[in-house]
Amino acid sequence: MKKRKIGGNNILLAITVALFAIMYAGGCIIYADKGFTHFQTFLNVLINNAGLIAVAAGMTCVMLTGGIDISVGSLIAMDCMLMAVGMETWGIKSPVLMTMVLVIGIVFGLVQGFCVAYLEIQPFIVTMAGMFFARGMTAVICKDQVSIVSDKIFTAISNAKILIPFGGYENKKGIYQVPFIRPTVIVVLLVVIIVFLMLKYTKFGRSIYAVGGNQVSATLMGLNVKKTKLLTYTLCSFLTSIGGICYCLNTMCGTTTQAAGLEMDAISSSVIGGTLLTGGVGNVFGSLVGVLINGTISTLVKTNGKLVSSWSNIITAILLCFFILLQAVFAKIKESKKV
Amino acid sequence: MENNVVLSMEGICMTFPGVKALENVDFHLKKGEIRALMGENGAGKSTLIKCLTGVNKFEAGEIYLDGIEGPIVNKDTMDAQKKGISTVYQEVNLCPNLSVAENLFIGREPMTKIRTVNRKKMNEMAAKLMKDLNLEIDVTQNLEEYSLALQQMIAIARAVDMDCKVLVLDEPTSSLDDNEVEKLFGMMRKLRGRGVGIVFVTHFLEQVYEVCDGITVLRNGTLVGEYSIEELPRVKLVAAMMGKDFDDLASIKPESSGDKSKEPLVIDAKGLSHAGTIKPFDMEIHKGEVIGLTGLLGSGRSELARAIYGADRAQTGTLKVKEQEVTVRNPIDAMNLGMGLLPDDRKAEGIIGDLSVRENIILAMQAKQGIFKKIPMAKQIEIADKFIDLLQIKTASRETLIKQLSGGNQQKAILARWLATDPDFLILDEPTRGIDIGTKTEIQKLVIQLAEEGKSVMFISSEIEEMLRTCNRMAVLRDGAKVGEIEGEELTQEGVMKAIAGGAK
Repeated sequence: MKKRKIGGNNILLAITVALFAIMYAGGCIIYADKGFTHFQTFLNVLINNAGLIAVAAGMTCVMLTGGIDISVGSLIAMDCMLMAVGMETWGIKSPVLMTMVLVIGIVFGLVQGFCVAYLEIQPFIVTMAGMFFARGMTAVICKDQVSIVSDKIFTAISNAKILIPFGGYENKKGIYQVPFIRPTVIVVLLVVIIVFLMLKYTKFGRSIYAVGGNQVSATLMGLNVKKTKLLTYTLCSFLTSIGGICYCLNTMCGTTTQAAGLEMDAISSSVIGGTLLTGGVGNVFGSLVGVLINGTISTLVKTNGKLVSSWSNIITAILLCFFILLQAVFAKIKESKKV
Repeated sequence: MENNVVLSMEGICMTFPGVKALENVDFHLKKGEIRALMGENGAGKSTLIKCLTGVNKFEAGEIYLDGIEGPIVNKDTMDAQKKGISTVYQEVNLCPNLSVAENLFIGREPMTKIRTVNRKKMNEMAAKLMKDLNLEIDVTQNLEEYSLALQQMIAIARAVDMDCKVLVLDEPTSSLDDNEVEKLFGMMRKLRGRGVGIVFVTHFLEQVYEVCDGITVLRNGTLVGEYSIEELPRVKLVAAMMGKDFDDLASIKPESSGDKSKEPLVIDAKGLSHAGTIKPFDMEIHKGEVIGLTGLLGSGRSELARAIYGADRAQTGTLKVKEQEVTVRNPIDAMNLGMGLLPDDRKAEGIIGDLSVRENIILAMQAKQGIFKKIPMAKQIEIADKFIDLLQIKTASRETLIKQLSGGNQQKAILARWLATDPDFLILDEPTRGIDIGTKTEIQKLVIQLAEEGKSVMFISSEIEEMLRTCNRMAVLRDGAKVGEIEGEELTQEGVMKAIAGGAK
């Protein structure tokens, strides 16, 4: 059998990875004196964006079907608020709350998925309703900022360090710093791997691509398009809830404005990672790299110290344009090469 | 159930909003039989097929399938497939973003022990299937890498490989060239030998007599009759479809047409090309001339037209329209110069399904006027009615959504769109593909009529006979290059075939 050609989509992913490498290397050179070269800086990007990685994985699945889910940011805020108030005011134990949050995610997704798949309402509208609902519920649960301090298990997980036996450095006082990650990072990396395998090797995963490629064809080929969509939206909200727990473990509080605009970060990460908004093309590893690129941009801006943090938005905007242009160019090339 | 019959449909009735689509239609198919389902546009062929495959819900009637007790009800296509009814539709219904192997096996992939898709085995099975059918295709590539014709072959391969009792082929040959059609027929005969019943929906009369055992004719949603091939020779078949005696299609070409080379030039292209699709070509078209483009599928017929029209911007050469040198950057430029193009892929490039017939007809005219000068409603209605009448577009009303029309009537509506702009030079890319013989003749007559009115037409078609009837001159294309022109005495079936095949000219 012939060796598989590198298709345009693989090139896109390669460009994304290369861009991340260049950006990171550039940061290392420019900000070497500010500690950018430390392995821990990279790990911090992972730790700070653990929630977003899980969300982006779910978002990628939804976008692969040609849909969109803009409720994820609000859902995370609701999850965080519920856990914070649950632990602090109602005195519920964190394992119970975490299970509750996951169940809420599934139910939330089922409702949205049902509206999109079976009632055939535009996903944008459905999830916008979901977005307002979840954000509203957050304020109904509690209007103030609630910090999580009392739950021992939750605090323990939040503070747990998983040490990495290499890549350390000595700080200014000469004490050796061992690099570490949080348990959330392990969880979301597992999520990415599982979603990747699911997309590639299960009937459900392949159905997602088929639905995004051509919905009419998928129906005619005998696939259950509606069920696929329903499950995809459910999966997305479920993964968002996992992301919500990770997010909460990182911030240790619930506020009404938490994770505002996170849905856009997830979408932009997916697009930068090579997922087409029209559906059918994309890869969850690309989205992971997309999140890392977004994270690196904001780290770079922060490390600089003089720039306003809004600059990271502008850089992300430029990158998005760049990637959409690239996608268009590759689509054109493909068209002209057609036999 | 009668012995030997694999499928019988009894008294099927179905209504669409405002239209009785099927009324008391019977259909019978024997094991190992290839039965043609014939009828004009809107006769109800596609609707009947969709009732069979569970896409449409019918209101009355029963379907019996060999080996299953009692009447069957197919909830959806998957259900129909499970019972042994596989379908290949006119438009390729596969997923361009998946690999060929996946397109062949999705929904029934080989699984590993841990219930995941066994990609290796799937690729092997796909490669073997392609080899059996003599198709040279790398099954790990995405479907979109291959041409429309190959995609169609893959769609058929998918249906063939399902263990089916009944195989429905809905216009499968309309995008295939002769060679590929022959391959498909080979496949069909092989399946017939295995006892599969095949329903073959087509507009090509030759193909019916080449491969079918029986013919079922529908007209206006009712059954005309079920015949064996012997009892229904060509002329009778046409008569049955049209519902009237039909003088054969020959000689609609008036004698007076012929040499137009003295007429002024409308289009004068020198060395136009578009990288990757069409090599540099010269083309002269005179006023009132019908020029045919012929060549095998993929030889660059459509691409040549697109280069003139600016749909693919020409990268070299010069174009003169009515003796004026012009640059055509995009279709709007071309339209303003009095050109019109009827694209061959009407689903992707032509119709806008959610607009009404009127709006679809007005579209090009409005674009030409500029979007800020709205055409008054009264005028729109007048124009729409005029063309619905002129082209006999079968529609419930002028405000019906165009997607509810049958394929041939959609095609007529798009033709009306361009006629409404009153172009001097009209490019028709496969205007008669997938439409019935009566409409075909009408369109051919219309082309000749347009030429007599002093308009120039570029006519692209896979059917040589039809081109011979309508064209004054034909340009021959091969492998993305214009290789010659034929006119006058050489304009015969044989002459054209020779020119297409190349070699000794």
